[in-house]
Amino acid sequence: MQHNIYLYIFVMFAVTYLIRVLPLTLIRKPIKSRFIRSFLYYVPYVTLAIMTFPDIVQATTAPVAGLLALIAGVVLAWSGRSLFTVAVASCAVVFITEMIIL
Amino acid sequence: MKQENKTWFLRGMRDGTPIMLGYATVSFTLGIVARNAGLTAGQAFLTSLLCNASAGEKAGFTVIQANEGYLAMAVMMLIINARYLLMSCSLSQKISPETGLIPRLIIGFEVTDEIFGVQMALPGMICPWYTYGVIAMALPGWSLGTYLGVVMGNVLPANIVSALSVGLYGMFLAIIIPPARENRVIAALVVISMLASCAFAYLPVVSAISPGTRVIILTVAISAAAAYLFPVKEEDGHAA
Repeated sequence: MQHNIYLYIFVMFAVTYLIRVLPLTLIRKPIKSRFIRSFLYYVPYVTLAIMTFPDIVQATTAPVAGLLALIAGVVLAWSGRSLFTVAVASCAVVFITEMIIL
Repeated sequence: MKQENKTWFLRGMRDGTPIMLGYATVSFTLGIVARNAGLTAGQAFLTSLLCNASAGEKAGFTVIQANEGYLAMAVMMLIINARYLLMSCSLSQKISPETGLIPRLIIGFEVTDEIFGVQMALPGMICPWYTYGVIAMALPGWSLGTYLGVVMGNVLPANIVSALSVGLYGMFLAIIIPPARENRVIAALVVISMLASCAFAYLPVVSAISPGTRVIILTVAISAAAAYLFPVKEEDGHAA
């Protein structure tokens, strides 16, 4: 059976959008449960950390370049640099490292 | 009030600029995947405009390429994008209860890892206009980048692509590290999360779990453990 590409795209959109929008429209009040509030408070830090490592090492041509970018990013963010600075510096570290070692 | 909205919108555009640059790069590579799956530039553009989900779209293009059924597509989207459900729950607590339906529908449309991150980094409640500003930068970057990826293919040199690919992770670090410096529980969670993620990526058996599922399982397990062991104080929303 040949599938319609626009129907595929619609299914992708419908499922993705419902996942994103239902909690935002259904949960209208502050959640009372201390456990759930704490859980949701920790979610962003945990999930972003999980997605950063080891993925950053796998994203670059030379893994060591990704590792150095991770270290540079942590040091710069720790010293309070802006989002933009940290992002650009990470890219620069990879570019320079790979230029030297590859 | 109107002036305040404008200020928030501009601030959103400023914070959205690095996101746009990162998105343009990532979505460019996504466009190459879409082209390989047989989509036209216009179809890939439409997909990115409507979905804005890197892992989700990549998986979706794989389903299209394999000519699998619509149900398989729906299930795939549900699993890969399930983390957005958690993020959206988190976001619901950062939105004032008076916020109407339309702003909620728009904010919900653009729950992505990065846009979620910058919203959570804001102190206090989110002004919807801030999110609109971020979207105004991020969505064109994402969808046009996909379009260009299909049209231009592999014109960027490999070393540029490699360097740009870590930009998004740099952004993640800029979001999670400053609070980790102020709060030892968050610092410990960041380290534990990275180690656990690494273990799941490389150890036998568990490494068979797909990246999307890995994020869900670890996020739920680690956040729940942290919430049980270190419940946040009610007054200020900060960890004990």
